[in-house]
Amino acid sequence: MTPSDYEYLRKLLKARSGLVLSAEKHYLVESRLLPVARKAGLSNLTGLVARLRAPDAERLTVEVVEAMTTNESLFFRDKVPFDHFRDTIMPALLAARAASRRIRIWCAAAATGQEPYTLAMCLKEMGKELRGWRIEIVATDLSTEVLARAKSGIYSQFEVQRGLSVMMLIKYFSQVGEAWQIAPEIRGMVKFAPLNLLNDFSHLGKFDLVFCRNVLIYFDQATKIDVLERIADVTERDGYLVLGGAETVMGLTKRFRPVADKRGLYRQPDGVEPEGNVIPFSPVRADAAVVAAD
Amino acid sequence: MKLCMVVDDSSVIRKVARRILEGMEFKIVEAEDGEDALVACRRELPDAILLDWNMPKMDGYEFLKALRRLPGGDRPKVVFCTTENDVAHIARALHAGANEYIMKPFDKEIVEAKFQEVGLI
Repeated sequence: MTPSDYEYLRKLLKARSGLVLSAEKHYLVESRLLPVARKAGLSNLTGLVARLRAPDAERLTVEVVEAMTTNESLFFRDKVPFDHFRDTIMPALLAARAASRRIRIWCAAAATGQEPYTLAMCLKEMGKELRGWRIEIVATDLSTEVLARAKSGIYSQFEVQRGLSVMMLIKYFSQVGEAWQIAPEIRGMVKFAPLNLLNDFSHLGKFDLVFCRNVLIYFDQATKIDVLERIADVTERDGYLVLGGAETVMGLTKRFRPVADKRGLYRQPDGVEPEGNVIPFSPVRADAAVVAAD
Repeated sequence: MKLCMVVDDSSVIRKVARRILEGMEFKIVEAEDGEDALVACRRELPDAILLDWNMPKMDGYEFLKALRRLPGGDRPKVVFCTTENDVAHIARALHAGANEYIMKPFDKEIVEAKFQEVGLI
């Protein structure tokens, strides 16, 4: 791959996905894109770039972007965010939404579905507490290919063993040959849709909780700021934002601030009221299908 | 340093498990089958047991039932580690008193995740 090929790919990926590749990421590009090149009948990345530069290369461009932006995921990844979800976020939202009994959650980089399904399993574990509640989980990702996998809910033995306890495995999965498929009741709680975070997402409506983990790290400063500002626009005033362990809002936006002693958890400054104060509930909601958690 | 017993009739599996677990700061004892493991447990109960299912003399399931009947035998965290990966086997192991279940093949990340799950690390 020539320096000019690499520069072309860097610009293409930045424009199409926001992904910022530093100068030393040749190995990553080669490991991810050589299979795409070979699938297209090309022997190397120079050939791939030549094909991308040609007219009618949209389909190949999508494949390249998806190959570079698809990241591995696992159930209960990092564990702590799901402790926050169970112990902090849900109790607060159940109190704040007692009148409407509706909660909307957005997983902004759902990848192969482990994160939204983990949230759905956590909700199921809450059992009777959620009876009569309508909880919607919207899961989006740039890649239509990984979303198709996510929708199927089928995972390899290796994937289900990483992060998922055996109790949860036998409770919520069934064997399909050598693989495991998550139960229809859990799949039915998550609605998947393709979405590029660089594009407008206001049509998704307002959310009480946004999980946007391990995405911002791939963006440059301006893109991080832009995405965070627009996430703030779609987050209820008393809602929550969960970022990845290596991500922060500090120095990027004042519209979220860290929740004390809860790593990775953020709220809008005016959403954090002194104890005992009731935060007004905003009735602005999308007309999306709502799936009952119980 | 916590003590972990690796019970498997395959010396290769024991070697791989030993390397992973020593990297996780465990002291290791090995046993080739359920009978050997039970004798060792009567001498000293480990904190953790990584347990194969199919073994000569006494299999993992019989060993686990016998272990749980020993005085203090409820204390060791037992992680089944086997090629038997169907739901019936897993449910049977849990019923016999297993705390977690690893399906072979495994790697360091999976062992760490499972040991973390049961509070061993």
